[in-house]
Amino acid sequence: MVEQGEIRVVHRGGSKINFRPPLITNDSKFLLCASGECIKVFSTSTEECIHDMQGHTDRVTGIIHNPSNQLQVYSCSEDGTVRLWDFTDGILIKTFLINCPVFSIYATAEHVGVLFIIIPVASNGAAEMFQLVAFHLPRCGDQVVEALDMSAVLSSVTSNPGSTAFGRGGEYIATANGLQLEVYFFKKQKSNRILLSKSTKKGAKNDITCIACHPKEDCIATGHADGKIRLWRNFDQKKDYTFRTMHWHHTAVNSVRFTPEGTNLLSGGVESVLVQWRFKQENQKDFLPRLGGAITHITVSPDGSLFCTSHSDNKITVIQSCVKVSAVIQGLVKSDSARVDLMIDPRSKALVLNGKPGHLQFYSLRRDKQLYNLDIVQQEYIHEAGLDQFEVVKAAFDTNGKWLATVEERRLKESELEINLKLWAYDEQTQSFVLNITVSAPHEHRLTAMCFSPAMEGGAAMLLTAGQDGQFKAWLLADQPDNKEEGASWSCDFVGSYHSLEPRCCCFSADGSLLAVSFQEVITVWNPASWDLLTTLSQPPGAVRDLCFGRFSCSKYLLGTTAKNQLCCWNLLTCSLEWSTSADVSRLLSEPLSENVAAFCCQDGVSSLVVFKPSEPRPLFLHRALCKGKVLQAAFAPRDEMLDGCEESSQWLNRSQLYFLTPGADLMTFLTKVEEERLMAPANQLVIDDSVAVTPFHLLLGKHREQKKQDPHRAPTQGRSQLPQGSIAIKELLHTPAHVLPSASFLCSMFVHSLLISNSEHRETKETSEEEMEMESEKEDSEEEETEQNASRQDAVTKQGPAEEATAPALTKAQEKELRRVKKMDHSWLSSLIDSQ
Amino acid sequence: MASFKPTKIQVYPKLGEKVTQDTLYWKNYKAPIQIKEFGAVTNINYSPLAPHNYAVTAYTRIHIYGPFSQEPVKTFSRFKETAYSGRFRSDGQLLVAGCEDSVVRLFDVSGKGALRMFKGHSKAVHVTDFTSDRYQILTGSDDYSCRLWDIPNAAELSFFKEHTDYVRCGIASKLNRDIFITGSYDHTLKVFDARVDKSVMTMDHGHPVESVLLYPSEGLLVSAGGRYVKVWDLLKGGQALVSLKNHHKTVTCLCLSSNGQRLLSGSLDRHVKVYNTTNYRVVHNFDYSASILSLGLAPDDESIVVGMTNSVLSIKHRKSPEENKEVSGQRRKQPTYRVFVKGKNYVPKQDDYLVSKPVKQHFAKYDVQLKRFNVSKALDTALESWTKFRKPEITVAVIKELDRRGTLKNALAGRDEQKLSQLLNFLIGNVVDTRFTPVLVTVADMILDIYQSVVGQSPVVDRQFVRLQELLEREVDYQQELLEVLGMLDTLFATSLPRKEVLCPGSSRPNGLTQGDVGASVPQLQAA
Repeated sequence: MVEQGEIRVVHRGGSKINFRPPLITNDSKFLLCASGECIKVFSTSTEECIHDMQGHTDRVTGIIHNPSNQLQVYSCSEDGTVRLWDFTDGILIKTFLINCPVFSIYATAEHVGVLFIIIPVASNGAAEMFQLVAFHLPRCGDQVVEALDMSAVLSSVTSNPGSTAFGRGGEYIATANGLQLEVYFFKKQKSNRILLSKSTKKGAKNDITCIACHPKEDCIATGHADGKIRLWRNFDQKKDYTFRTMHWHHTAVNSVRFTPEGTNLLSGGVESVLVQWRFKQENQKDFLPRLGGAITHITVSPDGSLFCTSHSDNKITVIQSCVKVSAVIQGLVKSDSARVDLMIDPRSKALVLNGKPGHLQFYSLRRDKQLYNLDIVQQEYIHEAGLDQFEVVKAAFDTNGKWLATVEERRLKESELEINLKLWAYDEQTQSFVLNITVSAPHEHRLTAMCFSPAMEGGAAMLLTAGQDGQFKAWLLADQPDNKEEGASWSCDFVGSYHSLEPRCCCFSADGSLLAVSFQEVITVWNPASWDLLTTLSQPPGAVRDLCFGRFSCSKYLLGTTAKNQLCCWNLLTCSLEWSTSADVSRLLSEPLSENVAAFCCQDGVSSLVVFKPSEPRPLFLHRALCKGKVLQAAFAPRDEMLDGCEESSQWLNRSQLYFLTPGADLMTFLTKVEEERLMAPANQLVIDDSVAVTPFHLLLGKHREQKKQDPHRAPTQGRSQLPQGSIAIKELLHTPAHVLPSASFLCSMFVHSLLISNSEHRETKETSEEEMEMESEKEDSEEEETEQNASRQDAVTKQGPAEEATAPALTKAQEKELRRVKKMDHSWLSSLIDSQ
Repeated sequence: MASFKPTKIQVYPKLGEKVTQDTLYWKNYKAPIQIKEFGAVTNINYSPLAPHNYAVTAYTRIHIYGPFSQEPVKTFSRFKETAYSGRFRSDGQLLVAGCEDSVVRLFDVSGKGALRMFKGHSKAVHVTDFTSDRYQILTGSDDYSCRLWDIPNAAELSFFKEHTDYVRCGIASKLNRDIFITGSYDHTLKVFDARVDKSVMTMDHGHPVESVLLYPSEGLLVSAGGRYVKVWDLLKGGQALVSLKNHHKTVTCLCLSSNGQRLLSGSLDRHVKVYNTTNYRVVHNFDYSASILSLGLAPDDESIVVGMTNSVLSIKHRKSPEENKEVSGQRRKQPTYRVFVKGKNYVPKQDDYLVSKPVKQHFAKYDVQLKRFNVSKALDTALESWTKFRKPEITVAVIKELDRRGTLKNALAGRDEQKLSQLLNFLIGNVVDTRFTPVLVTVADMILDIYQSVVGQSPVVDRQFVRLQELLEREVDYQQELLEVLGMLDTLFATSLPRKEVLCPGSSRPNGLTQGDVGASVPQLQAA
């Protein structure tokens, strides 16, 4: 049995970017947002991700500006560290160890050298209690510092960063917890608590959901669960505080924020409308409706020129201060009820899955970016909890991507179920799908399965739907000759049933000559050309759950899984059971480009993957403990170029890649070692200067300029070819700004070390100076030579390994990273030496 | 920022016949003019000469109508008993008619009395016609015989007695003066040649023949009898070409359209069917109020004249192209071209700064209200579209949208008498439409829930509630009956179908519109 040797399960793209409010830099050019374990830096003008800042080992929970240096940011994470970064270069400067998860971070310009963080109360383990602590930054030059100087400021706060805010000039801090508003004055060292009554009248809910302080005046704005916004004044008085209520939102306010000058108040909530209130003239409002999902956070840039809103559908909208959307950064939308199976668009090779409510999203796997949303339902989405909306429940592509069929349903009640079957034709001109026909109520009950027949040359496209009303219907595409302006149209060609049982799943054979439809325990095999029932197969007990035909050399096999934990394989030539095994298969999937079949099994609540050929009894690959829960959605994405992995266990990944959705709606994939190495290699892509708008013209000129830049380097290196300065590593060392370099003592030993190695092959150095030159020019497009480098690198690692371990006894993460980089540079340089030998 | 998505108005498939060129052509007639005659109208014959008057034979009279007159321009009433088969000669000068009293009379169209009387038959003469040389008359009689008469001296030329039952139809060839065809109740059609004094061809129709018709080329012969219309190829020696069974009662009359492309047949089942003569498919269907006995089509299909057993003559005139234009001309005057291009054709100069104005999206009135969440107003405007344009699908779509938003109850509540009665009117008009029933039943439920406390305060609303109740009761009864019929049919189908492995009887259902299918099958069932 092959265990997972070099294949790893990895998260693929689409981590949340709306978990915490993003941060806009002082010059409003960049937007930083926490995305899983890394911090992503986006350009606000081009929406492109410029780089990731990686270093945290758990979810990043907050980012703030360093008040004393506008080019630096602090970030905190659940891994118990606060890190200081230079975001322009993406370099980690310092790490402060807190030793308990940090949930939020604050800083003000007035409290120099102090950060405020929210950490759980250590003593209380069961109930979630949090406290706000002030944490004095140690004045110490080390990269990693243990934070010791911490003092609690407030207890009983929530972990939500939006419910704590600093007041004018950092004089006070306001925090909300449930119905209580607490203001702590730093000067007086005391706090004032205001407790709201549970509810006043008419079912109003007074829970405070978010809080903001006016930057110039003593005024606190709070958002409430019933949609009210209260502006508090005189809150330093115990009794004589006043407040004013503004009510526009109909459900909870998720975020309130003042603009830096305090002239406007921004608020947003579930209804996805950004409301801009004029401070002191609150009846004047500006609205920006229909932004997408519910607004979760609002951020204002320090100069007030940009706002940005985070949305529940994993989106960040950048809005100019004139209330106009300027950019949208869209991540992979995680739908709460992903009911459509994962699919690959045959044309764009994009992953297609449920997106926003009523939409299908097309997600490019290669660029980790959402391509577009296809509006299936085409109805105005009403942001209101408890509404019964249309949902896309089924979708299918035909083999060449010309047609897309979708099914949407609205579960009003069992009796008045609304189902629409829609067929979309691909329009070459607009490069998108255009609605061709809507069939309302294609079946009298819910649809259980839908698939296209693999189109034969010249054959008409056929769609098969099976419903709970005990029928399956074949829909045939027909070009109507009588009215040509209508174009293609679909009509129902055949309605089949089998003893009025409920069809559960259907599947066409690879050549479209056979159709298998399962009716509870029975599988019926039909001829789609004549609609004759050819044979029935059955392997009781247990209703058939999934069906798939074998492909290529295994096309005589039909595989099925039953609800009673059986995986069966029938031979269609003999119409008999070939083999069966007991496995609780939750999803059965055949790879379109080879005969392999993937089965996700579930045992004791943990999923595992088995890849096998129907003709062979031995599985090709087995991966235990993929994730918790059942994997119900998976897809094979064909690769652009075939991978030539020769390892037996990873060969099944050569032609296509397997993606699956975990029950927690995380998109995962399998990565072979070869691929992993390829991904880890330094990406030598063209980095675009972000201050310049990316136009084709710029690309042209920019390339030219870069070439020029390198030319002057060539001349001197040729002159003093013997010297090791020619090494890229050393050049890198010299070009890196001094303040971000590791300590000199550490570098020194490494520098000397690198010289030592090169000396050991001293003779070659002289001869290979010209090759070095070549290498430099190749650096720009080193993609193709990477594989060869990889091979040689491994050799290098073995050589260097012991020596390094001796020199660096205890390396921190940052050091390791630096070392790795130096190592990489060295290797490429070294490998050319080895090659030249 | 996404823009507001307007309410989707569902396009419902049109139930019933598809709109083809034929339906457009044959529907393009005005409302029929009905003229009461003295008895059943047995024959209609158009004069071949302009202005194409037509002779209508009914009871003891023959009326000649002008193309547009509703009063007869001339009447021949010198018959003692029922007249039959008044036909014009090819020059339109003479008219011949048979009679129950076995005498055949020849009239001058401009004169009054009979020019000639042909006596010789012993029983009623149902068939008369002129031969193509204009000098002879063909007659067929209930005494099983047919005769040829000479017009100038009113003498019998030849006598054929080959039929064994009443001769009830016949036609003389337009190309050959000696050939004529008769059809008889002995189920046969016979082609006679006067030169050989006997029939040259016999065809068996299988039912008593009621009518015969020759194609202009005279290569094809059409006969009607029983429920069948049959086409025979004379050039192939009387081989049956097609047999059409589209009527469910006896077909009584046949007629060709002026271009010869369409064949019309009238029947006792009150229908006139139009066939395409290339593939013999029914392309159109006319309904009439009573059993049809005779049918006439004016040259260029300018009018269709149908005579029925209830002695009503129905005349439909084609709509003139001017009238079609008139309808379109009634539309409101559009703004001129100048208004639309105003300022649009301005070419910007080189250093002009172009300020782009956001294009304002235009919405329907109800969408504007929906966008503002004014639910009651949205429903009001949607109801307006029903009262003004009779488009219930728009109103239903808005109601559906309100239902989806969960605000339908709010929109229905708080209405005064006038608005509520408007709403109830809409319900009464559309609740039994199968396309809208699911939505409108919930609306009716909600209205009853909301307004049950105020029932009895307004007589107008109360009356409407009662009407709605009656309507629903009737519909329930109707559905029940339909289900019963469906059950009967199912058993019939089950016995008639050969037993196969699977397949259900409804396997050829066109789509998921099962409800619509049930509705569509209603007229057929009634007619059966």
